[in-house]
Amino acid sequence: MSARGAWRWVADHFAMIAAVAALLYLFLPVAYTLVFSFNDHGRSNIVWEGFTLEHWQDPCGVPGVCSSLVTSLQVAALSTLVATVLGTMMALAMVRYRYRGRSASNMLVFVPMATPEIVLGAALLTIFVQGFNDIGLDLGFATIVFAHIMFCLSFVVVTVKARIQSLDPRIEEAAQDLYASPAQTFRTVTLPLILPGILGAAMLAFSLSFDDFIITNFVSGNESTFPKFVYVSSRRGIPAEANVIGFSMFVIAVALVVGAQALRSVRVPKEQ
Amino acid sequence: MSALAQAAVAPAAAEGTENQRPTRRGWVAYLLLLPGVLWLVVFFLLPLVQLAAVSLQSRYPGFPGYYYRDVNLEWYATALTDYAPHFARSFLYAGLATLLAFLISYPLAYAMAFKAGRWRNLMLICVIAPFFTSFILRTFAWSQILADEGWVVRLLETLQLVPGGQLINTPVAVVAGLTYNFLPFMVLPIYASLERADPRVIEAGGDLYASGLTTFRTVTLPMSMPGVLAGTLLTFIPAAGDFVNMELLGPQRGKMVGNVINDQFLTVPGGYPLAAALSFTLMAAILVMVFLYVRRFGTEELV
Repeated sequence: MSARGAWRWVADHFAMIAAVAALLYLFLPVAYTLVFSFNDHGRSNIVWEGFTLEHWQDPCGVPGVCSSLVTSLQVAALSTLVATVLGTMMALAMVRYRYRGRSASNMLVFVPMATPEIVLGAALLTIFVQGFNDIGLDLGFATIVFAHIMFCLSFVVVTVKARIQSLDPRIEEAAQDLYASPAQTFRTVTLPLILPGILGAAMLAFSLSFDDFIITNFVSGNESTFPKFVYVSSRRGIPAEANVIGFSMFVIAVALVVGAQALRSVRVPKEQ
Repeated sequence: MSALAQAAVAPAAAEGTENQRPTRRGWVAYLLLLPGVLWLVVFFLLPLVQLAAVSLQSRYPGFPGYYYRDVNLEWYATALTDYAPHFARSFLYAGLATLLAFLISYPLAYAMAFKAGRWRNLMLICVIAPFFTSFILRTFAWSQILADEGWVVRLLETLQLVPGGQLINTPVAVVAGLTYNFLPFMVLPIYASLERADPRVIEAGGDLYASGLTTFRTVTLPMSMPGVLAGTLLTFIPAAGDFVNMELLGPQRGKMVGNVINDQFLTVPGGYPLAAALSFTLMAAILVMVFLYVRRFGTEELV
């Protein structure tokens, strides 16, 4: 083996070893979350005190934890629905049409993503408290949903845009050449082709909304979401029931992703 | 998780622009854009305008906590002088976290793109998966991992690596938390740009008698620059504005600017104008940095 070969061998394995180490590092806190969901803790769930299945048997056993989870799921579902529809429409216009103000609309989509969440939250709180409550909009469920739609929207636009840009426009032109109306072309050609992008964007929006704390904390008033519940209770030690729910969400999401992947590889065996 | 789309997105978006000249014209475009644009105007632009107005308000003499509309730059002066250390800390910690995230992410992304073979999708899922557990739960887990009696501190103590015998409630823990929390935002864009790179180009480097290191420096790294650029921005921006890591892992004193904004808004009565000025200064500073950075290193359109 030449010196170059030896170097390359080390380099190859270095990358893989570093990668595995990085993955272990990523999973370490998740492992802690799982372990401490079995902790037979007293007032605070910070140090290990003994094994129990109690929290898994009754994850809603602590007041507020399940109601905040339900709120989070509702907020995420609503925001995802609206942001995905509006964002897909914008993405279609931005890729497929010529119009005045293109760079302005690009900026309007990009700048919210480059703005720290705390600034978005602060700005929204200011206008909700000083402007919109005059028209009867108080801080709570609705303001959380409005805010979440706003920050999910840009991510949906960017994701769907990328998918549309990767399509060959000639496929749509072919449909039109075959006398399909614009509506028919959209329904039977464009939509099915960009659907994976739309689904990806919706998943992204859902997870962004579900896990958001900083903006939610500003605009939620007395309403509690799951991340807010966890944050507020973190001063005393998060109840193990929250660990149960957090870890279950992890398992559900991973199962969904793996399922989707498996489904795709069955349907499109030649891809990649 | 958001990085997932970003990764899929940032480089891919730039790719299609050449053969994708928009062809259609007409009012349909405006109709499609209208609802989304309206939403962003009402819930992004207008709130920023209101925030700007608040940051310029003046105190009513004799009525603490009351303000009137004005063009008063006093709050910005306070923000830039009294809170300069907080800004410095925010940018320093975010910068360190970005650098560390880059060092951890690059080998991971590289291994995923070139070495993983059929394990690639599994590794990709492994990168994203931890982020389905609430980030506050994971940050709290770090406070347990780094606790004084924990195995990490004991291990480092045996190796004589922590002089004070403490990690939690120190800036070190904050940087560690920031690095961890935004890591996938770094991994996925780098992976996406490496994955699109042709491995034969890298092999060609070797065939032309470049050493592994030279090939990496002159071929692989430049090819991944769009991903590195997107990754550093996606890590640095949220890290610079974060306050949760400082709150859960950091010291009582020596906070970041995010903590000040949060406290001024949510706990200090009449704290809005200062908080608004701090928010705007933060946003302006970040936008300027992003602009300079993209101009220095960026080659393609970012979105």
